[in-house]
Amino acid sequence: MGIIKRLGLNFSWLKRLFKRKKAKIGIYGPPNAGKTTLANRIVRDWTGDAMGSVSHIPHETRRARRREDVTIVSNGSSVTLDIIDTPGIATKIDFHDFMTFGLPEEESKRRAKEATEGVMESVKWLEDLDGVILVMDATEDPYTQVNVVIIGNFEARKLPILIAANKIDLPNSSPARIQSAFPQHPLVPISALDGKNIDLLYKEIAEHFG
Amino acid sequence: MDLISEEKLDAMTSMEKVRLILDEVRNGKILILEKGLTPNEQTKLIELTMAEIEPDDFSGIEIESYPVKQNENFLNKLFGKTTLKTRLTVIGPASQLKTIRKDRDLISALVSP
Repeated sequence: MGIIKRLGLNFSWLKRLFKRKKAKIGIYGPPNAGKTTLANRIVRDWTGDAMGSVSHIPHETRRARRREDVTIVSNGSSVTLDIIDTPGIATKIDFHDFMTFGLPEEESKRRAKEATEGVMESVKWLEDLDGVILVMDATEDPYTQVNVVIIGNFEARKLPILIAANKIDLPNSSPARIQSAFPQHPLVPISALDGKNIDLLYKEIAEHFG
Repeated sequence: MDLISEEKLDAMTSMEKVRLILDEVRNGKILILEKGLTPNEQTKLIELTMAEIEPDDFSGIEIESYPVKQNENFLNKLFGKTTLKTRLTVIGPASQLKTIRKDRDLISALVSP
């Protein structure tokens, strides 16, 4: 190495040539499942930064955000990923729903418009990913059409899916219900909010997407 | 309410199916597709639906189906080929069709005029 340095040789192009392509992993799910809370936790734990703001009002994330080179180390194995936090996918967006959260009409309409664009962006990203962390709210019915569509898309392209059954800090959560709905995919029950089982999720990420 | 046969759907391209569904649903119809849509067609439908949402006019669609199944016949297994078996699907305007409950074997929905 010393000789190489002294000779001033630069082999970075060789490293790049043989370096394994980084996987782009999307964090998907319906609105308010906790996608950005999870993205924030992953990015904060491994880079010290945050990804985006969170809110109890649906469609808080209306633009996809990408964080490159997040290296996750677990059980001696490590994986470097690009993490894409996506807006929640929905089949309907009614501005009146935002007004029930106390937002004024004009702001609700603007938010609804941005939310529709966010859903389109999420759908576009589906074509450009190598795997997905599907975040489901473990207190809700898992058989939503959004879950069915996302899983169907990735299964059709034979790409890996990891289900994060989120909100297990809530008393009425039931990760078992999700597991029985989609038994063909690995599932980790987590609380993105308080970090419960997050190490287990990192282990699965390293094994699954590595 | 219209029931669309598998034969009719088979004769259409993905884009034709999505356009037909959106046009009919925007006119207030509820559609039952005998064969359903592939996951890719469903995402196309979601994308186009989002482009057509307008405040006080159209708030989107309600779509219900069961997860697609993989066709695992002998020839497919032999050649390592995967084909998807899409399933009966109900689609309607979000303002008129509302899912009450959905589980492995049953979808309950409410249709309002």
